[in-house]
Amino acid sequence: MKYMMLICVDEVGRRRQVERRSREEAAETMRRMGAWLSSVDGRRVRLHGGELQPVSSATTVRQRDGQLLVTDGPFAETKEQIAGYDVIDCANLDEAIEVASRHPVAQWGSIELRPFVDDQPALPMRRGR
Amino acid sequence: MPELNPETDRALADAFRGEWGRIVASLIRLTGDWDLAEECAQDAFTAAVQRWPHDGVPKRPGAWLTTVARNRALDRVRRHATEERKLIEVAAELARDPDEPAFPEIQDDRLCLIFTCCHPALPLEGRVALTLRTLAGLSTAEIARAFLVPEATMAKRLVRNKNKIRDARITFQVPSPHRLPERTAGVLAVIYLLFNEGYGASAGAALIRRDLCAEAIRLARLVVHLMPEDNEARGLLALMLLQDARRAARVDEAGELVNLEEQDRSRWDHDEIDQGLQELAAARHDQRPGAYCLQATIAACHATAGQASATNWTRIAELYRQLQRLTPSPIVELNRAVAVAMAEGPEAGLELVGALEETGALDGYYLLPATRADLRRRLGRRAEAAADCRAALNLVRTDSERRYLVRRLAAIWHEDVPEGAKMGKATDDNGGAVLRQTPAITDPPRYGDGSP
Repeated sequence: MKYMMLICVDEVGRRRQVERRSREEAAETMRRMGAWLSSVDGRRVRLHGGELQPVSSATTVRQRDGQLLVTDGPFAETKEQIAGYDVIDCANLDEAIEVASRHPVAQWGSIELRPFVDDQPALPMRRGR
Repeated sequence: MPELNPETDRALADAFRGEWGRIVASLIRLTGDWDLAEECAQDAFTAAVQRWPHDGVPKRPGAWLTTVARNRALDRVRRHATEERKLIEVAAELARDPDEPAFPEIQDDRLCLIFTCCHPALPLEGRVALTLRTLAGLSTAEIARAFLVPEATMAKRLVRNKNKIRDARITFQVPSPHRLPERTAGVLAVIYLLFNEGYGASAGAALIRRDLCAEAIRLARLVVHLMPEDNEARGLLALMLLQDARRAARVDEAGELVNLEEQDRSRWDHDEIDQGLQELAAARHDQRPGAYCLQATIAACHATAGQASATNWTRIAELYRQLQRLTPSPIVELNRAVAVAMAEGPEAGLELVGALEETGALDGYYLLPATRADLRRRLGRRAEAAADCRAALNLVRTDSERRYLVRRLAAIWHEDVPEGAKMGKATDDNGGAVLRQTPAITDPPRYGDGSP
């Protein structure tokens, strides 16, 4: 079952954290990110993903009444914004939760897990499958 | 029209209570279809209502019902299966003799069901509704009545939550060991929420809804049975039994609230108290007690005091102190203040209440001014006590609580303040009704997202 992992971060808060953190903390975060990636890529859990540039680089596009509306910034003004994504393939939600829980950003941000619309009809849910 | 006789009725009622959850859980595991599981279980019970009065109650009612339910499920799966492979698998499982274990079942179906219903990915109100529907077998209408929402709303809620289970693929299983403690805490929180809904209605005129309390206790017994090593499950069961034991004395003939001190203890259910004490004793004491065990011990202090005056308030104050350290909460602190007042005198209690008020954490909670009213009344500060009562009146949530405070307001001006109170000692108010209720025992600690 494919899930979208939306990595959401309060950019302003995170920037402050980053300024205040030590070199050891920064290295540790990098290491844990690397560890997470190896674990999910190795088991073919992660299909693809990436980190996004900050929302200051965002542009939002809408078509309304035949008019093209292009605005500066993200689609919604919220404290937390999408900072990156991963598409993961897991047997069930509990596995997806485990994967997301080990992502370093879970420590200071929020990770939304949303299942993709299946092409196939849902199979009966069996234990562990 | 089948003739109903009391014996058959009782057998049907017992079978329903005992078997519904088990049958639904087993069919969900086998077919993965929650609606199908409920419908086939319902069909089996309908068949029982029609057949048992004629044919007699079967020797093993559970097996009878399970067989009928499984056959019905098999029928429906056959008719609708779109994949041959799926059909063969499911049919083989359904056709197996339910009593014969294929291989050691390491996960009891009902345990899987409880954990699935109470999955944190479901909204709290959904967890409660699903638990009542699938484990307790309450109808949608009954659940809607219990939570004071229209039946259509509750029906939609059930559908939404079952859809979430399917769409997000929440699997039917007991969580892995490293997640078990927090997930079990979630299950216990749902059960305790059910109990509190029944014990002290959060809105409306009725104060107690017995049926929800009984269901909560049954569910806790099930969890204790399936997870005998879990201390907090046992603690919760003990707590609910000890509280439930007081139900007859808690409301008087006029339907008015009677607080702990005034309750006629001969009307407490002493069998239930014994059961509660036994469960508490069975909890392992080699570990630090958890929150439910602590609360149960407090309830046990009250339950074992033959009269209010015999209550060991010093011990209760100490228990609240431990509870406050474990799960800090302003409500727990308020109860500690009450216990301290009883053990050491109203001024000691007032200090703690004052400190609590400063934090603002209990703004809008009627028991804060109500408690202060009682402590001030005991010190003879009547005008202040009356003002506190009026403040509390603005905050009450049920009619019973409102009437109770109105009576207290009247009593403040009409009764003589006992000698001891004037001296600031902790008096035993013989005949002088005490305003205070013991808040925490009726109020659940806040868990999870806290939304009812």
